Amino acid sequence: MAKVEMTVNGRMTSANVEDRTLLVDYLREEKNLTGTHVGCDTSQCGACVVHVDGKAVKSCTVLAVQAAGSDVRTIEGLAGDDQLHPMQEAFRNNHGLQCGFCTPGMIMSAVDMVNRLGPKLSEATIRAELEGNICRCTGYHNIVKSIAAGAKAMGKGMKKAAE
Amino acid sequence: MYDTTYTRAKDASDAAKKMRAAEDGQFIAGGHTLLPTMKQRLAAPSDLIDISHIKGMADISVSRKDVTIGAAATHASVANHSKLMKVCPSLCELASHIGDPAVRNRGTIGGSIANNDPAADYPAAMVALGATIVTNKRKIRADRFFTGMFETSLKEDEVIKAVTFKAPKSGAYAKFPNPASRYAMAGVYVADHGKKDIRVGVTGASSGGVYRAKNMEKALAKDFSADAIDGCKVDEGDMLSDIHGSAAYRANLVKVMAKRAIAAAG
Repeated sequence: MAKVEMTVNGRMTSANVEDRTLLVDYLREEKNLTGTHVGCDTSQCGACVVHVDGKAVKSCTVLAVQAAGSDVRTIEGLAGDDQLHPMQEAFRNNHGLQCGFCTPGMIMSAVDMVNRLGPKLSEATIRAELEGNICRCTGYHNIVKSIAAGAKAMGKGMKKAAE
Repeated sequence: MYDTTYTRAKDASDAAKKMRAAEDGQFIAGGHTLLPTMKQRLAAPSDLIDISHIKGMADISVSRKDVTIGAAATHASVANHSKLMKVCPSLCELASHIGDPAVRNRGTIGGSIANNDPAADYPAAMVALGATIVTNKRKIRADRFFTGMFETSLKEDEVIKAVTFKAPKSGAYAKFPNPASRYAMAGVYVADHGKKDIRVGVTGASSGGVYRAKNMEKALAKDFSADAIDGCKVDEGDMLSDIHGSAAYRANLVKVMAKRAIAAAG
């Protein structure tokens, strides 16, 4: 057992967990943040993607103790008080989800994509960058459309913030 | 996953000390092979000794042609390192196609070469680049480091600190990824070090893990062109054979990938 402390969505958290506890289980079971999903549990599908110190990672393949001291952001930490994050809004407007299971991971990967590559993303780039996120419903078309729109909206937000 | 005890090492000698004290320890950095293996209960280390927090362990430095990459440098940091991109773009390119973006944020070069998966990409680069693997005990030439499938010459309490190499005149890596796993079914790294010193590293295909295609190296030293290796035989007897491809198929793939790499390195 280890006392694991980390910042989750801006709040300091701690829990006594076994060393073998996965980060995704720390978030879901200890912190009741069930927006992060376990899909394949083999680091393929991306339903468990969260940001650790600003970088997208598959939380089913990170131990909670490895993330101790880190700054973690989950899908629950994206939106403002009463406003969706532009990427969430874009998924809503573009019908970027059907069953919704993969959506939290898709959105966290999409936000990471914009953080790394900027708000102007070509369709080819988005498709290549989605290598590690699997969706079984949509056929990806509307996810790609959503990410392009969300990226653009994030770009506008960045510009506004800069002004 | 079976229970385990996790600790963070302060430095390389602390890591070695912790390893000696452990009943059945494993070093961990990104853990992107180790943790999936543990989840399947194919590995059950009593202790995990995290070396990724050691100071300088993830650093990459480039001074003229001399490159040093810390063992805990992630695939993403290798792929996106602007100075490395200038002197050895083929290695950045290789790193940018490992796994997916989230995997590249965790997986490390040290972990990849220590594991020596026969389908991993980095081992081919290490032998083709003539890299040296620097550990807490010694410096090991890549040719002597990889000793067989999942086997290296690392001792139990030996921890990789960095890899070093001189950037080649030109180089390229071509791989044929397995359509499902994206691991190399055949990957060939060709590096031209000048003065007729050409090295060809082959991964993914051989049952013995990574190897140097010496016959291709000889042919390329005379004539650095894709056609030059037409007469080079790739021994089917050494190749892996599974549901994804027969030995004959893989032997053919090695040559096709080699030709693509040669053309790209041009």
